[in-house]
Amino acid sequence: MPGFGFSLGFTLFYLSAIVLIPLAALIIRPWELGWNGFWTEIMAPRVLASLKLTFGASAIAALVNSVFGLIVAWVLVRYRFPGKRLIDALVDLPFALPTAVAGIALSALYATNGWIGGPLSKAGIKIAYTPYGVMIALVFIGLPFVVRTLQPVLADLHRESEEAAATLGATRFQTFRRVILPMLAPTLLTGTAMAFARAVGEYGSVIFIAGNLPMVSEITPLLIIIKLQEYDYAGAAAIGVIMLAVSFIFLLTLNALQAWVSSRR
Amino acid sequence: MQKLIATLLACTLLAGSTAEAAKVTLLNVSYDPTRELYKDLNTAFAAQWKQKTGDDVTINMSHNGSGAQSRAIIDGLDADVATLALAYDIDAIADRAKLLPADWQKRLPQNSAPYTSTIVFLVRKGNPWKIKDWPDLIKPGVHVITPNPKTSGGARWSYLAAWAYAEKAPGGSTEKAKAFVAALYKHVPVLDTGARGSTTTFAQRGIGDVLLSWENEAHLALAESGGADKYQIVYPSNSILAEPPVAVIDKNVDRHKTRKVAEAYLQFLYTPQAQEIEARDYYRPRDQGILNAHGSQFPKIPLYTIDDVFGGWTKAQKVHFSDGGIFDQIYKPGQ
Repeated sequence: MPGFGFSLGFTLFYLSAIVLIPLAALIIRPWELGWNGFWTEIMAPRVLASLKLTFGASAIAALVNSVFGLIVAWVLVRYRFPGKRLIDALVDLPFALPTAVAGIALSALYATNGWIGGPLSKAGIKIAYTPYGVMIALVFIGLPFVVRTLQPVLADLHRESEEAAATLGATRFQTFRRVILPMLAPTLLTGTAMAFARAVGEYGSVIFIAGNLPMVSEITPLLIIIKLQEYDYAGAAAIGVIMLAVSFIFLLTLNALQAWVSSRR
Repeated sequence: MQKLIATLLACTLLAGSTAEAAKVTLLNVSYDPTRELYKDLNTAFAAQWKQKTGDDVTINMSHNGSGAQSRAIIDGLDADVATLALAYDIDAIADRAKLLPADWQKRLPQNSAPYTSTIVFLVRKGNPWKIKDWPDLIKPGVHVITPNPKTSGGARWSYLAAWAYAEKAPGGSTEKAKAFVAALYKHVPVLDTGARGSTTTFAQRGIGDVLLSWENEAHLALAESGGADKYQIVYPSNSILAEPPVAVIDKNVDRHKTRKVAEAYLQFLYTPQAQEIEARDYYRPRDQGILNAHGSQFPKIPLYTIDDVFGGWTKAQKVHFSDGGIFDQIYKPGQ
């Protein structure tokens, strides 16, 4: 193809400048600790607990978003109703809102004196200042990723195949499971992966609702901030590298899965 | 025609005179709860400086957690003066970035702290848990709100005040202090990253029964509309003398050629006029006369100093708040 050399060169240069060089700076830093220092740093119980919370809550939030994001996208693409544009615009709000504002709003809502937190606390359920609060915040910021990736693909789906399935006697559920879902699966995976990646790195909105108790509701990005506060740049970078590695492996796996799903069609 | 020339002449004269009055800008990098204080102090200083030298001085403020501000200055934030929550954060600037000499704290009177504060309890109106002193904080069922000492300067003072109480109480010891502080943090359901965050958690979210607070923040919460109907301040039997220090950042002022005005600014904080403003913004002024004049809002309780109980900030930081220090041990699993 003409222009390949130039465009590839440009791509590599751009990716290096924007992504790889800052990441290289991050990866170089922890080795000041030596291998043993690095290992003790990341195997500390508090770090492990925070990694479990961050990745666990992010995964659950991404899963929740994949289900409900699909429904939202479906409704927005397939149906016409008054106020549709408004709802469509609302989906983008978590993108646009400063995350700290989102965090403060969510904690106000879910605190024991809040609109939602009040009735829930009477029922014995606590959301704000527990790991559940973390999940709520991550669901909030992740939703647009799923909806926005699915929408164009849903709009392009051929209705003929659904009609064909119906004429061949498939029930609605069978049509969804056997016809629609396979066509959507790669995109759904992409959207879910993006929501997950976003959630892993989220700081601003979570910090206000998490409670930040060590070993209980402390997310990894906060632990990094704490390390920085102690002027422990190498320790902070060590935790950063682990987050980076886990995220990268996860995204790579999802990409492979997505390729496999697409090739099966 | 003559009129026009006269006007033109007047204009050039005016322009000339304003050009003579130099415009100086200072950046004061401060911690979270000083917003109101420095807003008042800066106006007063600018007026005084204008009168004295004819120059216009604008003081820009930057507020954040004390530790974060210290790190920002180390990483290159162009502060002319630093007015932080504790000496350790300015020590770190001297130590790591060498922007000012290590003995900076001796350059201004009284440990370079023109005003002081302390740690008090803010409780809900009527004091339903009957909290009077430190041991009441670990009564079963009491929830205490205080920020994370790792990220908040005020929280470090709170932690040390609790420790000093337990160590210096009759029959107290290091072990007892450690046990008391560990028990105390078991009663903390939310660790915010900064003092303002904790005040919000306590006041807006209605979480907790006691807020360990800067004295000035507690007064501020009461002064807010309706605050006095919702909260009251409890003074424990003793607390800690918090000395938020101020310093000129030498390398930066020399580069900006602002040393003269920066030094005058910090010295101004010790003048009776500034001390009066500090007292009105609920900081304890060093001037005894002004302190006594505001005596009703600053009850006299014994205040331990960091040097007496902890042997200075460097040591306190290392023993209590560094990685793996006593605060970290509290949260070790299985404790």
